[in-house]
This record gives sequence, structure tokens and C-alpha cells, in this order.
Amino acid sequence: MITELEMGKAESELELGLGLSLGGGTAAKISKPGGGGAWGERGRLLTAKDFPSVGSKRAADSASHAGASPPRSSQVVGWPPIGSHRMNSLAAKSAREEEEAGKKKVKDDEPKDVTKKVQVGFIKVNMDGVAIGRKVDLNAHSSYENLAQTLEDMFFRSKPGTIGLTGQFTKPLRILDGSSEFVLTYEDKEGDWMLVGDVPWRMFTTSVKRLRVMKTSEANGLAARHQEPNERQRK
Amino acid sequence: MNYFPDEVIEHIFDFISSHKDRNSISLVSKSWHKIERCSRKSVFIGNCYAINPERLIQRFPSLRSLTLKGKPHFADFNLVPHEWGGFVHPWIVALAKARVELEELRLKRMVVSDESLELLSRSFASFKSLVLVSCEGFTTDGLASVAANCRHLRELDLQENEIDDHRGQWLNCFPESSTALTSLNFSCLKGETNLAALERLVARSPNLESLKVNRAVPLDALTRLMSCAPQLVDLGVGSYENEPDQESFMKLMAAIKKCTELRSLSGFSEVAPLCLTAFYPICQNLTSLNLSYAAEIQGNHLIRFIQFCKRLQRLWILDSIGDKGLEVVASTCKELQELRVFPSDLHDEEDNDTAVTEIGLVAISAGCPKLHSILYFCKQMTNAALITVAKNCPNFIRFRLCILEPNKPDHTTSQSLDEGFGAIVQACKGLRRLSLSGLLTDKVFLYIGMYAEQLEMLSIAFAGDTDKGMLYVLNGCKKMRKLEIRDSPFGNTALLADVDKYRTMRSLWMSSCEVTLGGCKRLARNAPWLNVEIINENENNDLMMERNEEDEREKVDRLYLYRTVVGARKDAPPCVTIL
Repeated sequence: MITELEMGKAESELELGLGLSLGGGTAAKISKPGGGGAWGERGRLLTAKDFPSVGSKRAADSASHAGASPPRSSQVVGWPPIGSHRMNSLAAKSAREEEEAGKKKVKDDEPKDVTKKVQVGFIKVNMDGVAIGRKVDLNAHSSYENLAQTLEDMFFRSKPGTIGLTGQFTKPLRILDGSSEFVLTYEDKEGDWMLVGDVPWRMFTTSVKRLRVMKTSEANGLAARHQEPNERQRK
Repeated sequence: MNYFPDEVIEHIFDFISSHKDRNSISLVSKSWHKIERCSRKSVFIGNCYAINPERLIQRFPSLRSLTLKGKPHFADFNLVPHEWGGFVHPWIVALAKARVELEELRLKRMVVSDESLELLSRSFASFKSLVLVSCEGFTTDGLASVAANCRHLRELDLQENEIDDHRGQWLNCFPESSTALTSLNFSCLKGETNLAALERLVARSPNLESLKVNRAVPLDALTRLMSCAPQLVDLGVGSYENEPDQESFMKLMAAIKKCTELRSLSGFSEVAPLCLTAFYPICQNLTSLNLSYAAEIQGNHLIRFIQFCKRLQRLWILDSIGDKGLEVVASTCKELQELRVFPSDLHDEEDNDTAVTEIGLVAISAGCPKLHSILYFCKQMTNAALITVAKNCPNFIRFRLCILEPNKPDHTTSQSLDEGFGAIVQACKGLRRLSLSGLLTDKVFLYIGMYAEQLEMLSIAFAGDTDKGMLYVLNGCKKMRKLEIRDSPFGNTALLADVDKYRTMRSLWMSSCEVTLGGCKRLARNAPWLNVEIINENENNDLMMERNEEDEREKVDRLYLYRTVVGARKDAPPCVTIL
């Protein structure tokens, strides 16, 4: 059983981890694979680096209590914990409000379209290496650039003094032009994974089921698979 | 040896209906076990994979009523793949084959097919009651079979199911001879309803006490329905976004006035304020009111309505009622036992003056001495408020607080909410269910482990710092049955510390935590009486399995484990791996 003393030690390790980067050090602590001593495992478990989602908690512990880019409740998968039935009715309501604002006629069967989706226009986005999935509202975007911007903000950008979801302070990522470490891919209605950007925006929004920010190295197969005889332009 | 003959003992057992008590009785002696099991009429199975239908029937041959639950709770929030499981069909097949005289079937979060419903309707001649909650997989065709073939149907209650509405004539399928209905709820159906068929059905059902229609039943139809069923106790109305004209309004009000037995009101997926006022005459009789789908209604209309509802015991409402509205509830509804406040607008990023805060919660706790269950969605909370609530309401059985933004601290002190929740568990000695939110450290779990002695279900999200947190709970809460955790830094150490603990629990859910494949495999090896399920996103499944096989340090996306006496289930989809 774990003793208080050991736990206490692990905690102080964690505090150290806040200021210094113990990432490399802790990796070395794992003497044997498959969880050698209880030590190594706990050491690994407790470093700040291991919790991309905990970035926000650490920031809260320190001076700044703004909370590091805390995920908006409507952007995290399965959160807030409201049953899909209720979510659908909320979504239908806001869709109706939007339509009324646009002075369009409200269709009678509109709520029916929302059956399986959690929220109208919201689709899931996952990023390789990030534990928390997010959601993005496609309806709130008008172009690929827009969307890329939002995703970069969501996963990479940080407010001054806080840590982004992936624990990095980074410059703009340009996930659409193929020059960065990550590419944006999507799963379409047929279940195929495609690179984002090839079809007109409107067509994309009707066929996309979900998004994935993939490591470029892994996406290479994807590009090759979908290569067409005529060179495609990626914008 | 028993002092009395078996028949006498059986007769005595007849007076004991609670499942817990009957389970206890069956443990007293072999003889009592036998008498109990042979006379048991009603069985509750909290996890359909903990046992199989054959063994159930073997043990309880006189079974009349069965309750089954399938998917884990977090399936409600899209965290469980649709194809995960929870199929009722094998149960119905087995019960039919064994000629069980089934009268009642209640299902929650299970997959039901039209085929299942058809088989059900043909196999049990005395079938009386079907209750489906949060189920899916069937259409109105299945309902048609039930309507047509279950000659003695008394109750058809469909709550929040995903039903494919073929807009058929299922209501027409109730034979003219069917007059035994006591309860009919089809509020979750999305399509058109055959109004004539519905009215005829209601007219020939003098025992109908509960009627909940879907949104497609217009005002004039509702008026006619209420007119021919003034005996209704429980009414769910449709959607009425347009203000009625004077004549319709008068007719509606007249019909409502006649429903002197009405105690429970729900539905209202849209309702024009004027429609709501038609119900004023019966407000004072209401003990249960659900206006939580009426997103269009402004707070002031809600408040005016509730001011008349002095006998309310249960209130489900939207946060558009505001703190002011909750203060009115607190001063009006002195009999209030259960309150649920749902969010009305999830897109609102700015501070919304009309939403509820800690002020409303404190007001309710101060004004409603009988309050024992609460579900409260809000944007902010403070420790001081929670401490006050705990002092005011030590009788909570269920306390579920959902602060919309994950990790949000006390907004006045910027501290974690450990002390607030700590006060709740310390004061509420009978607390059975707790849901946490906001910024929380390991400390809150220390408090929970120390004080929450009766706690059976705990929901954790974005909370805790280290494995200590989870360990406090596992070690301290002796009565824990269901533990569900998401996005919290608990890992293998906590998972593996006390494997036998899981013998006393129904299930454990952990998603986006720190447990690894290696840890889960080790658990599965040490606890063969557990099903340890790993659920992965379906993407690149082959790739994932390869990677997983190589690296046991790979974190597990979703882990669901549960005790079972029948081993690994055979119906798991590809995205589920049972270790």
C-alpha cells in the first residue's frame, strides 16, 4: 500500500515540476518498462507534462487565476452533462432563433434533423496526443481559413501567461498549407479520412462528420491514398 | 429448520417488496433462499451484463416483472459508442422460451429492436407494462406490435428514447377492445400523431391516469383529450408556440378546470405565455411540474405560474427563471423535495444576468426544508454558498452540482471548491448520490472518503490532482456502487490498489484519465470476475490495436469495468476490447 510519506514526496516532486521542466528527468525515472517500482510509475504519473488537460489546474494554483484557456463548456465532448434529448431541444431552439433572425421560414421537421447530433453544426475535433476532444461549430465559420484559425486558437494558441491545451507556446501553425508538424483531416459521411481543403467549403460542411488534427508524419499515407492524377492544390 | 411451514414464510415475504430487503432475506439460510427465489416476482438488474437471462430464469422461475439497465450512465452524454451493446433481444428470447409469465418490462439505456418488441408482444399473454427510458433501435412499427398484440396492456411509457417515427398508424393498432390503459407516454416521438385514433383511445380508457403526448398534438386536440379524460392525474402536453384565439383559450381553460385530479404537468416544448395561463386553475393542486423544455418562456412568466403552485414537491425548470425566480420558489413551494435547474442557453459566453448563481441555490436551501434532491446547472459557485446550503439542508440524498465551465474556482476567492463540497458531505449524512464540478483538488476526495458513508454513486469530472484522490474514495466510501470519472488525473496506482473493492461495486467508468493499457491488463488478470472493457474511438482501429499491443504505457481512452458472474460478453463491437 502506498504510504503517506511516499505520497508526500511525490507531491513535492509535482511542485518542483511547475517551475522547472522535469519532463526529461522523469522519463528517465522509469527504470523498468511496465511500471517497475511503484516509484517510477507515480513519478511518471505526476509530472505536469503528462497532463495536457491539467495545464489549466496548474495555472490556477499559481498566481494567475485566469485558468489557462479553459475549454468552454460547449466545446468539450460530452460536456456539460446534459442528455442528448435535452441537447437536441436546446440546439433546435437556437437554430430556430437563428432562422428567425435571418427571416427564413422555420421548417416543421427541423428538430428531427438534430436527432443523432449533439448540437447543430458542432462536430468533434481530436488532436493526436491531446486527451480532451473538443467541438467546433461549423456554422460559425465561413471558410477553411476561419476554421483553421479557430482550431489553432483552440489547441495551440495561448493567452499571455497561460498554457495552451498542449502545453506549448507557439507561433501560428498553418495547419492547412502542409508546412507545419500537423495536418487537418476529416472523416466524411462514408467513413473515409480525407485531407481538409480539397473540396469547396459548402460541400465540406455537408459531408464532414468529424475532424482530426493529425501528425504530418502519419498523414502521409492519407495523401498518397487520395492522390489524384492531376496535382491537387492545397490552400 | 423453520418454525413455520413454507407457505407461511412465503406469505410473510410477500409483504417485503424492496429489492435490497429481498436480497438480504435470501442470504439468511438455504431454506429461506429457496422460498424467496421461488416466490420472487420482481427482479432488478442494474447491469444487464452482470448475469445472463438463463441463470436469471433458473433462479427466479416465478418472475413477473423485470428491470434491466444497459449502457453506462455516461452514454447519455455521447461518451459511449452507439454500437457498444445492451441488447434486450436475447433476454426476451430466453424469457419467451422458458414461458415466463412476464407482465412488466422496464428498460433503461438498452438497444431495443422492432423484432424484440414484436416477440415480446406475442410471447407474454399477461403482459401489462412496458417502460422504456433512454433506449434506441426501434421504430413506431415495434410500438404497433405492442399496441396490437398486448391485450392486457396497461402501461406504455416511453421516456426520452430515440425512436424512428414512421408516422404510421401505431395508435390505430390498439384494438377497440383495449380499454385497460392507465398510462400512455409517447412524448419523445417526433412525428405526426393520428389525433382521431388518440382521441378514440383516450375516450375508451376510463382508467387512464397518465397521458403524455408529443409535440405534434395541437391545442384543440389537447382540449378535447382533457375533456374526455378529466380523471387524469399526470399530463404531458405538446408544443404550442402560437397564442391561441379567445375561443380556443376559453375552451382549453374550461377543460383544464374539470381536471381536478391533475397533480403533475410536463411537456411544453414550446409554449406561448398565454397558453401557460390557461393552467392557472389547477396550479394549486400540482405536486410535480416540468417546464424544463420550455426554452422560450421568459423568467417572469415562469415566476407568475409558480406563485400559484404552493404544493409543489417536484420542480424541473430552466435557469431562465433566474435567482429572483428561485427566491420566489423558495418562498412559495414549502413542500419542495426535488429541484432540477437546467441550462437554457449553452452558447452564451458573456455573463448572463438572468441565469442562476449560488444565490438562487442558497435561497432554495433556506426556504425549502423538505428538499432532498437537487440537480443544479450554473455558471458560478462559492464555498460560502455551499457551506450555507449544507447547514440549511442536511437531508440531501442526491446532490448534483454542475458548474458549466470545467475547473472553475470559487469566483469570489479564486480557491478550489473543496471546502464547499466538503461541507455538503459532512452535513448530509444520508447522501447517496453526488456529482462534483468546478475546481477541485485531492482534498475534496479526502472529505468524501471521510464523511460520505452512505454514498452509492459519485460522478467526477475535471477534478483531483493525484491518485490519492481516487484512493480516498475507494478506501472510504464503503457503500460505493457506481463510480464514474472523466478527465481526471487518476491512474494505475489508484485503479489497482484494492482490486477486491470492485466486488462490492456495480461498475467503474474512467475516461480520459491516466490509466494505461498495462494497468488495465494487470487488473483483468487479478480479477477474473470482472469484465474490464477498453473502448476506443473507431478510427484507425487496426493501427491502434497494433500500437496498443506494443506499448502497455498507452493511455486508455475509456475504461468500463463491472463485476459479472457470466464472464466476457460475446456481443461486444470492434471498438470494445474485453481484457
